[in-house]
Amino acid sequence: MDLRYSESDERFRKELRGWLGDVLPTLDDKPGPDDWPARRAYDTDWQRRLFEAGYAGISWPTEYGGRGASLVEQLIYLEETTRAGAPYVGVNFVGTLHAGPTIMAEASPAQRDQHLPRILRGDEVWCQGFSEADAGSDLASLSCRGVRDGDEYVITGEKIWTSFAQVADWCELLIRTDPEAPKHKGITWVMFPMDTPGIEIRPIETIVGSSEFSEVFFDEARVPVANRVGIENDGWRVAMVTFGFERGLGFVSDLVETDRMLSELVVLARKVTRRSATAWDDVALRREIGHLQAEMDALWAMTKRNLSQAARTGVPGPGGSVVKVAYSELYQRITDVAMRLLARGGLSRDDLGDWPSGRFVEERLRSTSFTIAAGTSQIQRNIVAERILGLPRE
Amino acid sequence: MDFELSDDQVALQDGVRSFCAGRFAIPVVRGLADVGGVDPARWHELADLGLFSLRLAEADGGAELGWADTVLAFEELGRALVPGPLVWTHLLADRVAGAAQGDVVISGLQRHDPSGLVEHPDVIGLLAVLDDDGVWGVDPATLDTQAVGSLLDPLTPVARLTGPLPQGERLGDAADAAALWMQGAALTAALELGVAEAATDLAVAYAKDRRQFGRPVGAFQALKHLMADMFVRAELARSAAYAAGVTLDDPEVGSIERAVASAKVTAGEAALGNAKTCIQVHGGMGYTWEIDAHLMLKRAYVLEASFGTRDDWADALADLVAASI
Repeated sequence: MDLRYSESDERFRKELRGWLGDVLPTLDDKPGPDDWPARRAYDTDWQRRLFEAGYAGISWPTEYGGRGASLVEQLIYLEETTRAGAPYVGVNFVGTLHAGPTIMAEASPAQRDQHLPRILRGDEVWCQGFSEADAGSDLASLSCRGVRDGDEYVITGEKIWTSFAQVADWCELLIRTDPEAPKHKGITWVMFPMDTPGIEIRPIETIVGSSEFSEVFFDEARVPVANRVGIENDGWRVAMVTFGFERGLGFVSDLVETDRMLSELVVLARKVTRRSATAWDDVALRREIGHLQAEMDALWAMTKRNLSQAARTGVPGPGGSVVKVAYSELYQRITDVAMRLLARGGLSRDDLGDWPSGRFVEERLRSTSFTIAAGTSQIQRNIVAERILGLPRE
Repeated sequence: MDFELSDDQVALQDGVRSFCAGRFAIPVVRGLADVGGVDPARWHELADLGLFSLRLAEADGGAELGWADTVLAFEELGRALVPGPLVWTHLLADRVAGAAQGDVVISGLQRHDPSGLVEHPDVIGLLAVLDDDGVWGVDPATLDTQAVGSLLDPLTPVARLTGPLPQGERLGDAADAAALWMQGAALTAALELGVAEAATDLAVAYAKDRRQFGRPVGAFQALKHLMADMFVRAELARSAAYAAGVTLDDPEVGSIERAVASAKVTAGEAALGNAKTCIQVHGGMGYTWEIDAHLMLKRAYVLEASFGTRDDWADALADLVAASI
């Protein structure tokens, strides 16, 4: 066991830090959460800068124009960009981390040539059409229909929780092409152009009051069969290619954020006064923060273990479920402590004077989704119990 | 960076595990309650395996291994519930003649410990005492103690000091005392990790076997989720305990105190949480003396109180974080 970064890893970190130090001060202010055209412009501008500096597609193989970075370099990249406060992957999330890798693994050479360079440069934005109102945790029961009509699929149904739908050019879409087959065997994965007639996008207002996701309705929308990736009715397997990533290195940025929130909680506790002392003088609160930090540090070590395992075996292990369960609940506990600390100060989502408090109130609301999105904590626990511990299915 | 076990480390882990399975099977461990948890012959077998001399130089009969290796070995001792003052004896093997060979058994405590309890009073040849000025060795024959009749852990006998704790002979300075405290916490976390894993394995095996309502109880999500949480706690503890071992070996990769704090907090959570859950998963049987779950819970409490509690280390960690901001 060795936790020391190699000289070339340290060199990579130094170069990246230098570049971030140069480029971040030149960025415009972040747009508001509901200004989707501005968000697209901001995020794709960042993607273009990454591309020009050679950091786009950090995990993509070089044959597809990516950096082909080692897992350790990817860890460093995610750690450094998050720490420096660089723009989040944003609207490029699905393209660079889901649809792109799926296209690399499963699509034809022509399909790859059509999409991968554009995704990498920030010219093409993707969204994901997987979940449905009646197919959430049980995703394979999805029912959005794709009926073959000549060389087209005619799509009717609805999708939900689609991020970036308003500004996406393409959708990685799962459709039911064989309703008679067992549920995992009748699904097809298609690349759906978002300017196709017959779709309607309705933004969903979330708990934080902005519209992070939309519902997308399909009414006999037509997509060429040529847009299919993989063979017909094999889409479940094709889709699962991307899930491995989500549970592999996918939480590194979240962990760096969690660590930062803990540090900010200390800053907040030093500023909030109760009677004659600050909240930080409260031993019980300090101790609780110590417990949270202990778990945080253990999770960071666990990420390195998972990464080392993936580097040796080539595939991310089920350890991703463990990280997901632990980090999402840890983050919620951090925001719980913040709300207790703030008491009436929590009624404001704006910072109060010199208290950096608004962020915590916002995050307390936002983090309710962490134990739901990308597989609820209950589903993750089923995965741990069944796939790792070998307990029988219910 | 490669945070996976090397081939040598896997071999070490396997070796200690099969030794424990052969020589410290659970009926043997239970039987050790009759001799105060330490049988001289079996203690010598631990020494012969090299558990107290792992880190010593080859010239001194050691294997010149590191802290990370030692953490792996102690994880296995914890898993097997091997009783006795393993950590203290290991830590002082380079300072006390006979400890590495298994001839001298050493337990210890902090001088200001308010409980005044001495572990394994009848078998130790030396009581180690840590204070702000250094490390001290006290001859147990000079102690005034009163036996404690009713014990938490039947394998961890204690006696209560009834007189003042003698100053003892100096074995190390203040810096040594501080270092031993952290090293002891790391190895105790390793033992706790082993207990946590043993509790998970016992609960999972029972839940696969025990049938109610026509199916294994482990098929019910209510129980599955309890056991998934056991696994999560143990994996957090493993990551932190291994990181503590690696950091002790190579302090350039991070703060030793911070790594040890994370290990002792998360391993304590894992050992106690998993032992309690193991009892719950067993239902009524979990409440019996026959099932081993109670031995795990009791050992978990013994280890939680050794080399600083979770709260002690959480306080230390909070101060470290605050100082770094």
